[in-house]
Amino acid sequence: MSIQKNSDTSEKAEQSAEKREYSVGEILKQRGVSRRDFLKFCTAMTAAMSLPASFAPSVAQALDEVKRPTLVWLNFQDCTGDTEALLRASNPTVGEIILDILSVDYHETIMAAAGHQADEALENTITKYKGKYLCVVEGSISMKDGGVYGCTSGKTHLEIARRVCGSALATIAIGTCAAYGGIAAAVPNPTGAVGVKDAVPGATVINLPGCPCNADNLTATVVHYLVFGKIPAMDSKGRPLFAYGKRIHDNCERRPHFDAGQYVEHWGDDAHRKGFCLYKMGCKGPATFHNCPTQRYNEKTSWPVASGHGCAGCSEPQFWDTMSPLYRRLPNVPGFGIEATADKIGLGLVAGAGAAFAVHGALNALRKDKEPEETKEG
Amino acid sequence: MARIVVDPITRIEGHLRIEAEIEGGFIKDAWSSATMFRGIEKILRGRDPRDAWFWTQRFCGVCTTVHSIASIRAVEDALKIKIPPNAQLIRNIIMGIQNVQDHVIHFYHLHALDWVDITSALKADPTKTAALAASLSDWPNNSATYFKAIQDKVKAFVASGRLGPFANAYWGHPAYKLPPEANLMATAHYLEALEWQKDVIKIHAILGSKNPHPQSFLVGGMSIPIDPDSQNALNADKLFEIKRLLKKAQEFVEKVYIPDLLAIASFYKEWAAIGGGVGNYMSYGEFPDANGNLWFPSGALLNKDLSKVLPIDQGKIAEYVDHSWFEGAGAGKGLHPFEGETEVRYTGPKPPYQNLDTNGKYSFAKSPRYEEKSMEVGPLARILVAYASGHKETKAVVDLVLGKLGVGAPALFSTLGRTAARGIDALLIAQQTPKWLDELIGNISKGDYRIHNNESWDPSTWPAEAKGYGFHEAPRGALGHWIKIKDQKILNYQAVVPSTWNSSPRDAKGQRGPYEAALVGTPVADANKPLEILRTIHSFDPCMACAVHVMDVDGNEVIKVKVS
Repeated sequence: MSIQKNSDTSEKAEQSAEKREYSVGEILKQRGVSRRDFLKFCTAMTAAMSLPASFAPSVAQALDEVKRPTLVWLNFQDCTGDTEALLRASNPTVGEIILDILSVDYHETIMAAAGHQADEALENTITKYKGKYLCVVEGSISMKDGGVYGCTSGKTHLEIARRVCGSALATIAIGTCAAYGGIAAAVPNPTGAVGVKDAVPGATVINLPGCPCNADNLTATVVHYLVFGKIPAMDSKGRPLFAYGKRIHDNCERRPHFDAGQYVEHWGDDAHRKGFCLYKMGCKGPATFHNCPTQRYNEKTSWPVASGHGCAGCSEPQFWDTMSPLYRRLPNVPGFGIEATADKIGLGLVAGAGAAFAVHGALNALRKDKEPEETKEG
Repeated sequence: MARIVVDPITRIEGHLRIEAEIEGGFIKDAWSSATMFRGIEKILRGRDPRDAWFWTQRFCGVCTTVHSIASIRAVEDALKIKIPPNAQLIRNIIMGIQNVQDHVIHFYHLHALDWVDITSALKADPTKTAALAASLSDWPNNSATYFKAIQDKVKAFVASGRLGPFANAYWGHPAYKLPPEANLMATAHYLEALEWQKDVIKIHAILGSKNPHPQSFLVGGMSIPIDPDSQNALNADKLFEIKRLLKKAQEFVEKVYIPDLLAIASFYKEWAAIGGGVGNYMSYGEFPDANGNLWFPSGALLNKDLSKVLPIDQGKIAEYVDHSWFEGAGAGKGLHPFEGETEVRYTGPKPPYQNLDTNGKYSFAKSPRYEEKSMEVGPLARILVAYASGHKETKAVVDLVLGKLGVGAPALFSTLGRTAARGIDALLIAQQTPKWLDELIGNISKGDYRIHNNESWDPSTWPAEAKGYGFHEAPRGALGHWIKIKDQKILNYQAVVPSTWNSSPRDAKGQRGPYEAALVGTPVADANKPLEILRTIHSFDPCMACAVHVMDVDGNEVIKVKVS
């Protein structure tokens, strides 16, 4: 068939599709994705979700059954870094995500439509799939002066977020800005920037912080939902335990050097070349919960510590204030064991690290956190 | 006269709104508005200057290396730090592949759908498509089977009934002119480029841990250690992988991007007379060698005059806020970036709004001017300045492209010229970057493993006050960062960014910014579907998060720095 006139045809096509919805597995098969590649993807996703390898067949079975879910992606006070991260996703690739796995009905960076046609696409989707679509938010939301510091099509991002996130099945706050306000919310937070949960308190929000978020954690979250039909267990900061349940320091490939007291003292010294511990160069790994050491970036090519630079703590709320200066040593890293969780130790460490700046908002935000519903991995 | 609004302008980075008046099927006047800002420069005050690259990197996740580079250069300039040759070469490789990858993504994923009608690809004959592709290049995927598979994939996608990001677009618009076969070829390469871009950018992960936002920059050098005898440093294995990826990058540009660009351009030659704009061009030059000599020359051109390249003097840059939502130095007065202190003052309509008051203030972007002139920056400016300066490699490629299209140099002053220049730029840099890698390997062979100059790392060695600036010719053009340091902290920080130059609103004299000027005279066949506006705006490759970053100093909150 051909699609001469956009909206009419897509309408017709959608009507015919309603008669017969295809599962993700079927769609992939139709697109010529081999069963072997599909299973490979399921295995990768199983690993990303920190599930035992024996779960891979259940993931495959679940994806065989689910339909292509609808997703809308909103860009607010952002740098598009998380969208770029999405473009680097490898398993599945962004091509597979767009064409095969999800129906990405709105994403300003990639969508063909513009202006009022783009508005219309968003409107159609959130009306037609009300309560059923997934929403991804990238960037913080300005609350100051009625939200005038962020507008799209003449509407404030705050208004858009309330409307779109409010009617979504769930909202994924991708990146530290959407999750906690991020860089725009750093002292003195000139625009009153906040994360999605603070802007739209009623929304169901999953936080995937990181600067940017690791795309593997996004796809794993979506797959988790598709497979298990529910959102993943989260810590008190709203982060899925499968990706943020462990401290960087405890999974770091350089941990033995920390324990042995072997530290880099100067950039480019012998210890630096040998891959010793970066703690003295300001590494924030001991205060940061994220799966970077195991999941790594760009098809597992590397992660910050492996490039000879310390962790910046980018997955922690208000890390811009609490973890800076970048090259300042964390005070008093205690010898707690690897069973510690963010909820038990995070606050103490970070409060110590944040000595450089007055972090009024930051610490308040941390204190506001409720007790975790579930702190152990299930 | 009808006023139309395009907001959001999609397939760009960030938030851009265009308002335009249309008369008799042509744009009579246009206004460009940046509608989001964060205020990172204000947030930077009082922080450690060595951290600034990490913060300013978050101006933008698309041009994810460029603000880091400009920032470390500004601090190094302020503190008189000379970096080791290997650090310079590693930076050149990082900048080089950033440029090439960014341009390819722009061409296929942000710009192509302005020229390519994907729906028409369904009508193409795969055999004829293969013949067309084979006539352009010897790319291995030029087979009928391959194009048939892509066409089937697109057909199945359409049949699924969910068009996702391709829904509700301008498909079937009379301004689309490619035959179905060219559309199918471009659609196939759209998908191929998606795969390619994530592979080649792994160079950033090898040299800098990840992309976006690589994390190995340091004031004074780079953090990626070099040691052929270590598994935790840049060794033969990693260098060879970079070599392989650079080759992959170069091949794609030579055999896919450039042939596609020339093929598509040949159907749209009328766009070589549309979208010219301000006619003033500026480039800061880029890719220093160990002695600081730039491979791409710097310079400015005025009034489309290629016979005279003016030297750049950073002292002649000033930013104006007469039509921006800031309070400034006074009406018609600009401030040099070192003195750049502006107070935000939103005076636009209360949202939700239909139209902006374009007689008054209408954008969060300021209006940077060079000697009070509106300047276009970007690949076109860079290539024109290099061409006019007699840069050998540039001249050869430009003449080749003009020859193939059968047009003269004036055709470059246009929407099509901007798009072509980006391809030329990608080709030149894709061919040059492997040479920097070879040079790096040569240094390592001689036993030079230095990556960082430690002399001024410790802030206690710094003077009480210092100031400096860093220039970088980023993929989108001339980027400058200015820093003032006092008592080891940032006193003032200003960035004047390519997309601010290009997206700027009018200044006090009423001179339009480059987007606005380029839109004037553009034909619009259907005001309800202003595809032509997207063509010209996309030809600049807007990056709006970069463009808007400045913030006020009027807040009463004082940044408290606790002495530790």
